[in-house]
Amino acid sequence: MADIDITSKTMDGMGPHGTKVGLLRVLGPAHVWALGVGIVLVGEYMGWNFAVGKGGAYAALIACWFAGILYTCVAMIDSEVTSTVAAAGGQYTQAKHIVGPLMAFNVGLYLTFAYTMLEAANAITAGYLISVVATMTGYEGALDQRPFIILSILFLAWLNYRGVLATLTFNLVITAIAFVAILVLFVSTSGIIGTGIVQHAALFEGHELPYGWIGVLAAMHFGLWYYLGIEGTTQAAEEVRSPARALPFGTLAGIMTLLIAATLTWYTCSGVLPWEFLGDGVNGSVAPLFDTARLSGSNALVWLLGIGTLFATLASANGCINDASRAWFAMGRDKYLPGWFGAVHPKYRTPYRSIVFLVPIALIFALGAPLDQVITFSILSGLLEYTFMPLNIILFRKKWPMGSIKRGYEHPFHPLPAIVLLCLCGITFFAVFLGYGTQLVAMIGFYIVVSLWFHFWRYRFVNRGAQFTMPWPKPQGY
Amino acid sequence: MAHYSAPKQGKASQLIDVIVLVALTVGALFVPLWLGMAGSTKTVSNPAEAPTWEALGQNAAQAAQYEALGYDPASAHDLILARFDYSFTAGALIAMIVVVVLYYVLLLRFSESEYREVIAEKFGEK
Repeated sequence: MADIDITSKTMDGMGPHGTKVGLLRVLGPAHVWALGVGIVLVGEYMGWNFAVGKGGAYAALIACWFAGILYTCVAMIDSEVTSTVAAAGGQYTQAKHIVGPLMAFNVGLYLTFAYTMLEAANAITAGYLISVVATMTGYEGALDQRPFIILSILFLAWLNYRGVLATLTFNLVITAIAFVAILVLFVSTSGIIGTGIVQHAALFEGHELPYGWIGVLAAMHFGLWYYLGIEGTTQAAEEVRSPARALPFGTLAGIMTLLIAATLTWYTCSGVLPWEFLGDGVNGSVAPLFDTARLSGSNALVWLLGIGTLFATLASANGCINDASRAWFAMGRDKYLPGWFGAVHPKYRTPYRSIVFLVPIALIFALGAPLDQVITFSILSGLLEYTFMPLNIILFRKKWPMGSIKRGYEHPFHPLPAIVLLCLCGITFFAVFLGYGTQLVAMIGFYIVVSLWFHFWRYRFVNRGAQFTMPWPKPQGY
Repeated sequence: MAHYSAPKQGKASQLIDVIVLVALTVGALFVPLWLGMAGSTKTVSNPAEAPTWEALGQNAAQAAQYEALGYDPASAHDLILARFDYSFTAGALIAMIVVVVLYYVLLLRFSESEYREVIAEKFGEK
């Protein structure tokens, strides 16, 4: 048994190279919940409805639940590994200790790009929402959304630069408001209070499964968007006061919250908006909950859901900047990327260079690409990451069997969640292939090229044994 | 295993590494976009010549919602009738599977060789 206690509240021994020098430990379980749900809740406010476009309303519901199973497996696996490998970089650091450097480099990139693209998608939606509000309040002509996109990203990057506690406390508040807005819309439109306006049977008539069962498979592509980013809770591992308690609790509470929010969102929107309009997130419904409120006839709901949408996009973009910068920082600290990125701000204790560097990357995508392309880029990076997770947990249990090291949380039914996750990832690859095959191949082509670049060039700048910073015994089989 | 000392990387070299990575990233998204090959395009394969809600396959409830959203049959025509084309060839599917599997095989094999070095230096040879 290793001599370091992961359940310690004062020191988990996971600082870089066994030191205590790292990011500031100030976060609790509520912050972890807010980070996870805050990133993801925007998925209910925009983007998920592309699943309706790919297969129809019922297909989107089936995708919602299957994606929910996929993410439950992700949360279970993640909770075990992260509560044991509690260091900045999340899955990147896990991969480094369990699978190997090249896998870690790829996982670090998955994380960075999944979150940076999600941040870009959020900024696009915020810009759209502000333009709609401008029109509703009497502005004539088309409002230029670009200044609002730029300002959103710059403001949140500044907030992240200043400190993680303020950032995630801000997230906690605006995430809670956005979640309550979904509940209020559901209660107001479903007939629980007053007259309901949902009419599923009439709106689905003749369009139950417009593409047949292949549409159900295809819908899994954007079904991931309901939950994408919940695994980001692990990025706060080095900044929580008690990783063994806060990370599993915050992550599992987060996935339960999202399962409820996703189902309520589907029920409300599909019962009010025709599926063709709902399913086209570019020319039709960019913000479906907001559009549903517009048809409710209640100005109060319109304002509430408008504010909810804006808060959800800001909370998500905020969390994304937090997570992407931690992954980039962790890779810089290990010299997987230039060491310049591995610096911590002397006063705010944040990875400030990584935060600043990723701002223009997010802006390039937010200002230069359509929403569905940006979302697909994010989903693909997430999907590659989820495919890594089953391999990760299987190798983790094999190299350090139960009892050989102290785990903060042990997930049940191993290896069933890993097998289910792997199967669902395979289905989702096929779903992306249906309609977005070129982008899938381009994306994997990118990862193959950067993998070769890392293995044959970049890795020479990385010290070998020093990468392994966990106080664990030698893995079995080596 | 002998201790490996990583060379110190100069600032210019660090800068080049970052530029390469950013260029590859931006290229991965924008090159398919520029070539017009990215994403799926919905097309209207069977347009309605004189669009009415009935011709567009909409019942009264569906038509009422479209009207509440500010559409008429003409403006809703493309939105309602556009469809994805999910037909594919076995060759394209096999190519996709091969690319994905090759990628993970490459990752695991190279990672394993690097990992053995790490463990050997950290804990000593077996």
